[in-house]
Amino acid sequence: MAKYLAKRIFYLILTLFIVITLTFFLMKLLPGTPLTNQAKLSKSQIALIYEQYGLNKPVWQQYLLYLAGAVRGNFGTSFQFSDQPVSYLLSSRIGPSLQIGLQAMILGVIVGIIVGAFGAMRQNSWVDTTATVVSILGISIPSFVLAVLLQYYLGLKLGWFPIAEWGGFIYTVLPTLALGATPLAESARFVRTEMVDVLSSDYIELAKAKGLSRTGVIYHHALRNSLIPLITIVGPLAVNIMTGSMVVENIFSIPGIGEQFVKSVLTNDYPTIMGLTIIYSFMLCVVLLFTDILYGIVDPRIRITGKAN
Amino acid sequence: MADTVKLPEDSFKRINADDRAALDSEKIAAPSLTFAQDAWRRLRKNKGAWVSLIVLAIVFIMAFGSLVVSPHNPNAVNPSYANLPSKIPGIGINGFNGTLVQAGQRIDAYKQAGASSKFYIMGTDYLGRDLFSRVLYGTRISLIIALVATLFDLTIGVTYGMFSGWKGGRIDTIMQRIIEIILSIPNLVVIVLLILILKPGMTSIIIAIALTSWTNMARLVRAQTMEIKEQEYILAARTLGERPLKIAFKHLLPNLSSVIIINTMFTIPNAIFFEATLSYIGIGISSPQASLGTLLNDGQKNFQFLPYQMWWPALILSIIMLAFNLLGDGLRDAFDPRTKE
Repeated sequence: MAKYLAKRIFYLILTLFIVITLTFFLMKLLPGTPLTNQAKLSKSQIALIYEQYGLNKPVWQQYLLYLAGAVRGNFGTSFQFSDQPVSYLLSSRIGPSLQIGLQAMILGVIVGIIVGAFGAMRQNSWVDTTATVVSILGISIPSFVLAVLLQYYLGLKLGWFPIAEWGGFIYTVLPTLALGATPLAESARFVRTEMVDVLSSDYIELAKAKGLSRTGVIYHHALRNSLIPLITIVGPLAVNIMTGSMVVENIFSIPGIGEQFVKSVLTNDYPTIMGLTIIYSFMLCVVLLFTDILYGIVDPRIRITGKAN
Repeated sequence: MADTVKLPEDSFKRINADDRAALDSEKIAAPSLTFAQDAWRRLRKNKGAWVSLIVLAIVFIMAFGSLVVSPHNPNAVNPSYANLPSKIPGIGINGFNGTLVQAGQRIDAYKQAGASSKFYIMGTDYLGRDLFSRVLYGTRISLIIALVATLFDLTIGVTYGMFSGWKGGRIDTIMQRIIEIILSIPNLVVIVLLILILKPGMTSIIIAIALTSWTNMARLVRAQTMEIKEQEYILAARTLGERPLKIAFKHLLPNLSSVIIINTMFTIPNAIFFEATLSYIGIGISSPQASLGTLLNDGQKNFQFLPYQMWWPALILSIIMLAFNLLGDGLRDAFDPRTKE
């Protein structure tokens, strides 16, 4: 276990190193300068600005400096907000994103499990059909369309929730619903398929033959075993939420990292884009590592050295 | 035991060996079906998938047919007919009869604009362009992007997966590590970075989506290849000295086809979704070109007062996504009967 963990953490660091290197050199290839109005500036002014941001050094020196900084959590200074370090900018913005993302994940997966389990228990009845329709719709409707509809109908028309801004819990409800739809749909589909499979297996027959109650069979045997593989789709769901948050945060004007990413892209704020790319990869790597380890712990049949695909 | 039953001669009818009709009536076997025919038969039994296939066919015909016949020019600006709601002649339901609520009163927008005789099925946008034509145009752009990106994704993903699975060993490990690294950056982030480098536009969107979405295909194809390459017929082909490239095309590819087709059905809606997201953020397709994403973005600005401008593209986008998802599900069941009961 310790050996496996060490190996995985080594790969995580290697991956992050490659991500940092790739983004750094990709950013150097970008057309356009971070200066808003280059034509108006004199040569010496440009030179001064470049010096301030360390852009006058050779590329390999910039790269090494960046790498050294990144290890210590320093991603340089934002181009857009001239005296703000990227790390400060992002650390003040990661909270709302994490909160909404986690809420969406928890809500989506829990409701998804319930919907999927009911679908499987009452196979081919109207309950099952409804569950299937809900999950297919959740996968097919893009989160940003859902976000606008929720904002308009629940926010503006009915006035139940604030339509934008960031304050207390009430402000997180609509974005959470918009982001949670896909995880809900995906996990409902997944749980249903798994559980239909499990319900027809021998040990369920045995449990029934022993005279266990219906709830006992469903809760202790069927549901538990159907939930284990669900851990494998947590990684893809996290990606989905990260992607969705970029647009959804924009729609609800939430000061999160998704909104910042879009803003930075539109203003050529390279250091912030790089910092965000690294943070996104880091979060994803941690989620993937965590789910892999968890899978091994929860399901002893999976040898930890093996792959959990 | 010894006495034999004497049957009269005339209770039998003699048939000639070349009397086909008589011989066929004795046959009880059903016509033997090929794998594809069998899958097709199962697909037709699946109502959802069958309807989706028809819906997609209609969407394709309309989107590409609008190149030849379009109700209006999608780019023709007509400011005096701006923001007309949808009007379908013969339908009196509010929302489809050309009326809209202004200052608390329902008025006929077409009469107000002096165009009582005209009608726009989906209404017009803020520049007076026919929304129906623009939706058709946008659908076409979205579909082209998705299809071309998927084609690239197919070639890269299938080749990569087959090579990795076939070679195995060290090469396989390295190739899988590369995929793991790509998978550890969210796709949209990579796509955005690539588009920034390549300058926004249709080509760069296609390249960016193609370069990021093949990983899933590669993993599936690899897993399947590793299974198939242990089969006897592959061993036979190798023993007979067949070149690996020929084995790949003649033996591997046909046996991988169901995995490939099913996965494609899920790649296409993904590509459409990425394109819509990018255009929605504002780094995708730029005007005067339109895609479903840009139409959604335009429509969202006026959603409070002119909701139809967003409803229509949103509806079409969702229908396309839904149809591809249902078709994908249906194909999976059709190709792999084990998944269904």
